Amino acid sequence: MSRMRISVGAAVGLAAVAALPLLVRFLFPDSEKYYLHLLVQILLWSFIYTGWSLMGRFGLTSLGHGAFTGIGAYVTVLLWNFAGLTPWIGIPVAVGVSAVVGVLVGYPCFVFRITGHYFGLLTLALTEFVRLCIVGLRDYTGGSLGTQPARYGNGISLYAVQFEPDRMLAYYIAFVLWVFGLYLWLRVDRSMDRYALEAASQDEDAAASVGIDVTREKLKITALSSALCALGGAVFAQYQMYIGPETIAGLGVSLNIVFAAIAGGLWVPLGPTVGAVFTQVLAEGLRVAIQGSAFLRAHLGNSALALDQMVYGLLLILFIIYMPKGILGTGTDWWRRWRGRAARTAEPTRRSALRSPAPTRGL
Amino acid sequence: MDCQLDIFFVEALLNGILLAGLLALLALGLNLVFGVIDVVWICYAEIVMVGMYGINYAYKGGVPFLLAALLGIALTAAAGAILHYLVIRPVLDTPPINQLLVTGGVLFVLQAAATMVFGIEFKNIGIRLGSLNVADMSFSWSRIWAFLVALGGMLLLWLFLKRTYLGTAIRAIAQDRQIMPLMGVDSRKLYLVTSAIGGGLAGLAATLMVLQYDIYPQIGLQFGPLIFMICVLGGLGNMIGGFIAAFIISQFIAVGSSCFHTEWGYAVAFLFFMVAIFIRPQGLFGGKS
Repeated sequence: MSRMRISVGAAVGLAAVAALPLLVRFLFPDSEKYYLHLLVQILLWSFIYTGWSLMGRFGLTSLGHGAFTGIGAYVTVLLWNFAGLTPWIGIPVAVGVSAVVGVLVGYPCFVFRITGHYFGLLTLALTEFVRLCIVGLRDYTGGSLGTQPARYGNGISLYAVQFEPDRMLAYYIAFVLWVFGLYLWLRVDRSMDRYALEAASQDEDAAASVGIDVTREKLKITALSSALCALGGAVFAQYQMYIGPETIAGLGVSLNIVFAAIAGGLWVPLGPTVGAVFTQVLAEGLRVAIQGSAFLRAHLGNSALALDQMVYGLLLILFIIYMPKGILGTGTDWWRRWRGRAARTAEPTRRSALRSPAPTRGL
Repeated sequence: MDCQLDIFFVEALLNGILLAGLLALLALGLNLVFGVIDVVWICYAEIVMVGMYGINYAYKGGVPFLLAALLGIALTAAAGAILHYLVIRPVLDTPPINQLLVTGGVLFVLQAAATMVFGIEFKNIGIRLGSLNVADMSFSWSRIWAFLVALGGMLLLWLFLKRTYLGTAIRAIAQDRQIMPLMGVDSRKLYLVTSAIGGGLAGLAATLMVLQYDIYPQIGLQFGPLIFMICVLGGLGNMIGGFIAAFIISQFIAVGSSCFHTEWGYAVAFLFFMVAIFIRPQGLFGGKS
């Protein structure tokens, strides 16, 4: 139970994802850069969504993770631009800062049992606070226009952790990150902490009464989750070579993280990844469809850019009402039922906080 | 930093009070909905935006302003009822966080719809009310009116809740949503009415905001987080608490903005909010839990 074993299926899957760029190179030699860019985006966001879902699956629905990705990106870039510190030091510092912020905000939340609406709105305030600080420090951060990490040499450098021109390299960096995220997810899934946190998300008093240190467990997962999101944000900044308060921090990013993770499925390891594939492909597909269709372009003009947001919002409403387990979660359920193994055995403990009758309602 | 106790400081303080009236009105609708239905409309500021666009276009289409305002209020009231009927009702029995997120989806839809229909340009209704000048200080009439109308609106809501049969029923269901249906009250209908009133209050706020601010699809993101903060600070569902919290928060913003950059006023307000919630998780004035 405690040892990780990689099944044959998982190994084949990993190999397939690792081989994807070769397939792209074979299929689309002309537009390789574009498709690789799409894949890198998907993997990087998958990693961030996976980091969020570590908390989210235990009923800690944070709307504050846009703050952590923002801290990760900005601390790394500012240390590089203004202190000349290589991201090899900058990224660990950023991740550390983010984890400390997560714990500082988390500790009072968990001690005072701030849950549900209040937790969501409080973490939302954290997002806004960090975004306002970024905008306010405009002498360093470029304000709402954003800023760029100073380019080092020809743009590919181990010392400066810059790899943007080489998409193949970027893909494998994102791939390693993504595998790391999945590994951590599985580690948490198989640890005792998972049972403790699941118990706490159902009934805190009962969990505490059997000897679970609820606050400590929650803090551990919060620190891990915020650290991962900061790491994701930092690598994202190094890849995009641009950071702006709206693209990597802020409320929009926070909501995107939450929604994509839920759309994919919170309680299955690949759920956040499916969410990232789904949202990126949806946005990109709609964009291409609009560009390609003279009719749509003529009727919507520039505002067509909002079409993907519209479809996205509608789908999210439908998902939360009809499919709170997400695409992959629901798909897995169907498959199990189809195989005649209705998940009777595993289901009671795995039952989602999103679906179970509210364990914690307000205060 | 140039923060002195001079006439500009007093002006900032007074402007903060005027802003507080508007913020209190905005928080009121959200608080009413939360207190009665126990749902947070994350998209509340977007409903205000819908009202602002409605009033703007009606006015520019030749409708007199007051009539346009009434139309706007009717529009947002309908929007509130539709929101409840289509989106909230299916998730009423699910955990609170689902309800919060589902209205977040509505936020995306409304924002995108506004971008597609009205474009991303800033729109101004083009009514100038001038300003009141007292002893080197200047207050725009639109803010003064906003303050007065907001107070009037709050008084009307209070009278409605205290003095009418329907208002009494709404207060009753806010106190115990299990027992009221047993007394033969149709809770579904009451929720719908409450949502419409909550939406209508957003429309009233929109009427006042349209005179002061430019309209653009993202305006909700500017006000939304502020409104939630005020509601939570005052104790979600506690209308009087929200009223007082609006004054506290708006002073942070007004004074902070006059001493430093605008963002720092907001940033300090958010920081204050977080600390306040840690000290009193049920809100500064939340008696009930």
